[in-house]
Amino acid sequence: MTKLVKNIREAIELSGLRDGQTISFHHHLRNGDFVLNMVMEEIADMGFRDLTVNASSLFDCHRPLLTDIENHVVTRLMTDYVSAGIGHAISEGIMDTPVEFRTHGGRAADICSGETPIDVAFIAAPSSDPMGNCTGKFGKSACGSLGYAMPDAMHAKKVVVITDNLCDYPLQGWSIPETCVDYVVVVDAIGDPKGIVSGTTKITRDPVGLVMAKNAAKVIKASGLLKDGFSFQTGAGGASLAAASFLKDMILKEGICGSFGLGGITGYMVDMLNEGCFKNLMDVQCFDLKAVESIKNDPRHIEIAADQYASAKARSSVTDNLDIVILGATEVDTDFNVNVHTDSTGYLMGGSGGHSDTAAGAKLSMIIAPMFRARLPIVCDHVAAVSTPGKDIDVLVTQGGIAVNPSREDLAEAIKAAGLPLIGINELKAKAEALTGKPAPLAHGDKVVAKIIYRDGTEPSPIYSVK
Amino acid sequence: MKRSMLFIPGNTPNLLINGNCLGADMVIFDLEDAVSPDEKDSARVLVRNTIKYLNFKSLGTIVRINSVDTDYWKKDLDEIMPYTPDMIMLPKTGCPADVLKADAYMTELEKKLGLAKNTVKLMLLMETAMGVENAYASASASDRVGAIFLGAEDLTADLRCKRTKEGREIEYARQRMVVAARAANVDVYDTPFTDVNDDEGIRIDAETAKAMGFTGKASISPRHVDAINEVFSPSEKDINYAYEVMDAIRLAKEQGRGAIALHGKMIDAPIVARAQQTIAAAVELGLGREA
Amino acid sequence: MAEIIKNASAGTMESSDAFVTIEPAAANQINIESAVEAQFGESIRKSAEEVMAEYQVSGAKLTIKDQGALDCVIRARVETAIRRGMEA
Repeated sequence: MTKLVKNIREAIELSGLRDGQTISFHHHLRNGDFVLNMVMEEIADMGFRDLTVNASSLFDCHRPLLTDIENHVVTRLMTDYVSAGIGHAISEGIMDTPVEFRTHGGRAADICSGETPIDVAFIAAPSSDPMGNCTGKFGKSACGSLGYAMPDAMHAKKVVVITDNLCDYPLQGWSIPETCVDYVVVVDAIGDPKGIVSGTTKITRDPVGLVMAKNAAKVIKASGLLKDGFSFQTGAGGASLAAASFLKDMILKEGICGSFGLGGITGYMVDMLNEGCFKNLMDVQCFDLKAVESIKNDPRHIEIAADQYASAKARSSVTDNLDIVILGATEVDTDFNVNVHTDSTGYLMGGSGGHSDTAAGAKLSMIIAPMFRARLPIVCDHVAAVSTPGKDIDVLVTQGGIAVNPSREDLAEAIKAAGLPLIGINELKAKAEALTGKPAPLAHGDKVVAKIIYRDGTEPSPIYSVK
Repeated sequence: MKRSMLFIPGNTPNLLINGNCLGADMVIFDLEDAVSPDEKDSARVLVRNTIKYLNFKSLGTIVRINSVDTDYWKKDLDEIMPYTPDMIMLPKTGCPADVLKADAYMTELEKKLGLAKNTVKLMLLMETAMGVENAYASASASDRVGAIFLGAEDLTADLRCKRTKEGREIEYARQRMVVAARAANVDVYDTPFTDVNDDEGIRIDAETAKAMGFTGKASISPRHVDAINEVFSPSEKDINYAYEVMDAIRLAKEQGRGAIALHGKMIDAPIVARAQQTIAAAVELGLGREA
Repeated sequence: MAEIIKNASAGTMESSDAFVTIEPAAANQINIESAVEAQFGESIRKSAEEVMAEYQVSGAKLTIKDQGALDCVIRARVETAIRRGMEA
């Protein structure tokens, strides 16, 4: 038998795709991805209508999708994250049906449980054999982990692997096995390596960022969680990485060895692994070349599926065992609710990704953010969108003080005992406003353009169009 | 007790507005080397507004004006003095005449503004061979002088030697500054350590300065501030010993004894004086209790 | 009363700063470009007007390209632009 078909169009034809069905994509090729656009071009050309696109994330390189939306080729969108270019169009009301935002764990859970069935999944695979055993670990478009594609591959009715590096059967060290795959298509290029992984991830040099990072590391130490067997995740933002850097120094100085580092993995986490900060990395997505090299060569660096990463419906997931996570925020309100979906002007420019999943699971979930950003205080009365509910956030670290969720009195005590600058969240808001002035409230439009589906299925707040 | 002082460029809003969040005991808003000649006017207004509108009361504010041999220094003072920073830093102080020149104009401004004399203190930056040689004379030239500060980058250029991390070339200057400051009864601050990424180096350099008797140390990077604060704070061991000393002399007094020993060592007046200094510093930093 | 006799500017386009230009005009006019205009546009205008009033400027077109500057920074940049525009 052969699964090789001559082009994407043939794969779509054979898949039996019909109007109104759901197709899915994953985002490991990030802003360098060609596959979503190549597939959508064929689909539009073939005259399909009313499709649902379920994509783990959408980047600005996917802007051609907006034309398919305008032409009603695509009428529903499910995703975990959108970058600003796509978000802008959504906020201006391009969709008639609100976009469904899930968390990375929530998306995987709903795919696995059949809540959001997929008719045809398109897997961008940096290397595959003719039977569809495929991986992201090598090939000219190598992206490392294929974690977000795994639930799609396991549960979609039809699975199409698209690769630009066809290898002899059997491919060694596959991430997705042939048992899931219906068709394999070879194309010239599945992505632009420059957009897939960044060369290096940089630690902030901004003094304010460094102060926040230093305090973040001290809070972690004060929490008492930094002991043998700890587990840790951090975002790839400059201040989060700087916090990881200070943390690394502490860990090495005290001779502690953690169990695992989790997440989207950067070269920084790889360094921590190699210097003995923890025994393993659990990797659902690689952010840079160093991470890709590591997952390819180092057996301690383990590839995990999105559902194992963070599904709330799985029998267990890694986030359940997470000790510490460092996260970002565009806004935090006085109830510690966090917005990572919209920017200060109300436009969509992000999404939960793994934010809510890790915050829910971690014993210490920390937000690190400046007291104000472009004159806007980080703490407000009510966030424009509740991406992660305040009950899951333990502490907010800013350069103007450290605010602890009142539900974590124990943590507040520990931080105080460590001599760190503790501040009430309302005082922090007042302190920032004393510098910035009180911002006039931002009015929004009437149309609901997106809804956030939290990992437990609840929908905390709709997102409105911009005015 | 002011251990660390951090330079902040005078025309950089992003850093100025966060000056009180960077961990330093004092900030130095710099109108001199960090500001190009065609931006002196804008930096002056920006620094003035920063002091005027933002609440920096919790820490010491110092403004480094331009030296008295430039056209800028009087304009700097005109703009800044009404908002009374804790200190004006006078760069390139060479001799008592420089101090008296600045002092006279500051006195004039204080009178005009209805401020008490010496409301704003002077910190003298000594960064030439002449400046270091005249350290005591300059430091004692006016009771407006609150501190002196060694600038080793310019000094080593003047000395025609290479500036090194080890700092052998500035050993004499450091010692001379400390002696001058203590003789004139003013504080004395050590030169910044310039390798921003050398966390070990800053600690060693600060420990050297502390061992020589400096009050504290300047920094050009917020990265160094923590190390400076730690090094110039009394250690737990020092604090505990100071309390032991004070307890021992209290006990001796109660028992009417003259000479006292602690751990087999005679306690004399200098030991008591040092214990008192340590406890005072510890109390100020929230590390100790009153003796 | 201060007369703006030439075009002048102050500030930068860096984050937390504002770039302010001033030019002679028949009457006062203030243009503001800011990412936080919805939240702080009015405050920026009010501060600019106050500084202009302090210098008794009556004929100037002021353009503020705000990069998220705090009020004290806006005021400083406007003031410097006015001073520079007054100098011969």
